[in-house]
Amino acid sequence: MLQGHQTWVFESKPVIISSAAIGGPFEAQGNLAKDFDLLHGDIWLGQDSYEQAEKKFLEQACETAIKKAGLKKEDIQFFLSGDLINQIIPSSFTARTLAVPFLGIYGACSSSMEGLSFASLLVDSGFAKNALVGTSSHNAACEKQYRYPTEYGAQKPPTAQWTVTGAGAAVVAKQGEGPHVVASTIGRVIDMGLSDPFNMGAAMAPAAVDTIEAHFRDLNIRPSHYDLIATGDLGKIGHRIARFTYKAWTRHPDREIDRLRHFNVQRRPTGLRRSQWLCLCCYNYLRASFKSYAKRGTKANFSHSHRCLALPHVLPAKGNHTLHCPCSINRNVKQEADVWKSLFWHLSLVDLYV
Amino acid sequence: MEKFILAFIVGGSICVIGQLLMDGLKLTPAHTMVTLVVSGAVLGGFGVYDDLVKFAGAGASVPISSFGNQLVKGALQEAQRTGIIGVLTGIFKITSAGISSAIIFGFLSALLCKPKG
Amino acid sequence: MSSIKRKNLTPLQQQYQDFARAREPQRPILANCIRAFIGGGIICTIGQGIQWFFITYFNFDEKTAGDPTVAVLIMISVLLTSFGVYDHIAQWAGAGSAVPVTGFANTIASASLDHKSEGFVLGVGGNMFKIAGPVIVFGVFSAFVVAIISVIIKSLGGV
Repeated sequence: MLQGHQTWVFESKPVIISSAAIGGPFEAQGNLAKDFDLLHGDIWLGQDSYEQAEKKFLEQACETAIKKAGLKKEDIQFFLSGDLINQIIPSSFTARTLAVPFLGIYGACSSSMEGLSFASLLVDSGFAKNALVGTSSHNAACEKQYRYPTEYGAQKPPTAQWTVTGAGAAVVAKQGEGPHVVASTIGRVIDMGLSDPFNMGAAMAPAAVDTIEAHFRDLNIRPSHYDLIATGDLGKIGHRIARFTYKAWTRHPDREIDRLRHFNVQRRPTGLRRSQWLCLCCYNYLRASFKSYAKRGTKANFSHSHRCLALPHVLPAKGNHTLHCPCSINRNVKQEADVWKSLFWHLSLVDLYV
Repeated sequence: MEKFILAFIVGGSICVIGQLLMDGLKLTPAHTMVTLVVSGAVLGGFGVYDDLVKFAGAGASVPISSFGNQLVKGALQEAQRTGIIGVLTGIFKITSAGISSAIIFGFLSALLCKPKG
Repeated sequence: MSSIKRKNLTPLQQQYQDFARAREPQRPILANCIRAFIGGGIICTIGQGIQWFFITYFNFDEKTAGDPTVAVLIMISVLLTSFGVYDHIAQWAGAGSAVPVTGFANTIASASLDHKSEGFVLGVGGNMFKIAGPVIVFGVFSAFVVAIISVIIKSLGGV
């Protein structure tokens, strides 16, 4: 159902019944390594080209997510997927492997949330019983396609970003155990005239802020409604600029803006001296327990009983310069013990050459 | 010994000019190289670049600007020999070593190696 | 160039760009220049050494030793690119490794390597000059213009 100007509210609250995240060598050294289902030591996966390796990543993510849902390929009704390669080749070839009716999508880095929004829409509206959503990215394939060859000696400035090598997938269904997708806001393209391809974070931040604010406006809520607002694709610099921009444009109090969190999925590769802004091109659906998240030193008070009953929400924000689309996820609060388990974050990981 | 020091200083200075183009004017490496090549060609046209090469040796002949200089020199030498058509026929005469070896070795590396990513 | 771009921006866009620029890490220009000086200087000194080697042991003279020197430097650069080392050197040295002819060889080798998976004819052959192409095109065209002007001036009895 449409609410406000650009937000869909899913009345039946579709469930993400399983998810999988596959990563590469740098992701294996990152902060969230133990939340990945499988981590690879190299980016080739025994294939002859980067694009074929990316297809393999996505296939593994999809197969793992289907297995974890206790289903078989034949039980999946629709497959929605997108990536950054020309003609979304990895997604198309994965669809060939899965032999599931395929809806290819393209939203650059926002493909993951776009896919999740459409999958929830399909399930909520009764046009599907379940849907598999996936997305992938490959650092070397992206560099080769629309930046510089991987061995090329171009010096990257401190604002440069590093595309993730990995894939994520999730199965959305009408019933089951897992986080519920409650609402989705479709974002606009916000162009602030930035043209430096080595500074994606600053280019993406305005779209992130605009979409987050649209979400709150349409649903008539405040940031304090959420326990956590997670961003991943903005990168550290984009996240910092987004926080400042958010504060300047909305005048929300600091403690509410504190809920906006950045998750560093990768250890920065050597040679990119200060490029901690790991702009991740892959949507990884990561599992993490709320408790372990709280242990990582956040300021929010997650153990408050009020939060347990009052529907802890996680708002993952995804940003890229074309589309910003947060989905709000509601954990089923009837099982209080479950509240602390398996909270999904959708990290939207961005990187796109303008 | 003096030649080595001059090569270091002049070569380093040309690279600093390139770095300022990249960081200050925010040019891409390709734009920077093109700017330096064209500058080398213009200075070669004035006859100034050859004096720099005599002074600094490899410090002036190794940077990419000498590529522009050699293109102009080749064109002018051939034009002196055969008239204005020499401008077309003589451009690659002197730079042949550089371009040929880059193509040949680049192709060999693609034959034998795989990129590391 | 950047001021022309700025004139086409709306006030909000300009305001945001200033806002963002104040909050992002700046490029360490001085440190980059020092590293470029050192890196470029070392490469040119190595070139000087190779030139001396050809003059001393192979009977080349100052004029003719330039060609084999450039060829050897290109070979070294292609080797380092193939071993995956050159991009790390370049991240440190910046223009110090991009400006010398080794940077030119690196562009050709890296493009060839990356597109090997698409075949030798269309992949390697068709993409080898992806980044080096502009250097050759503009080098040749500017040499052509400069040479024509030079020839015309000389024939008019000029400089």
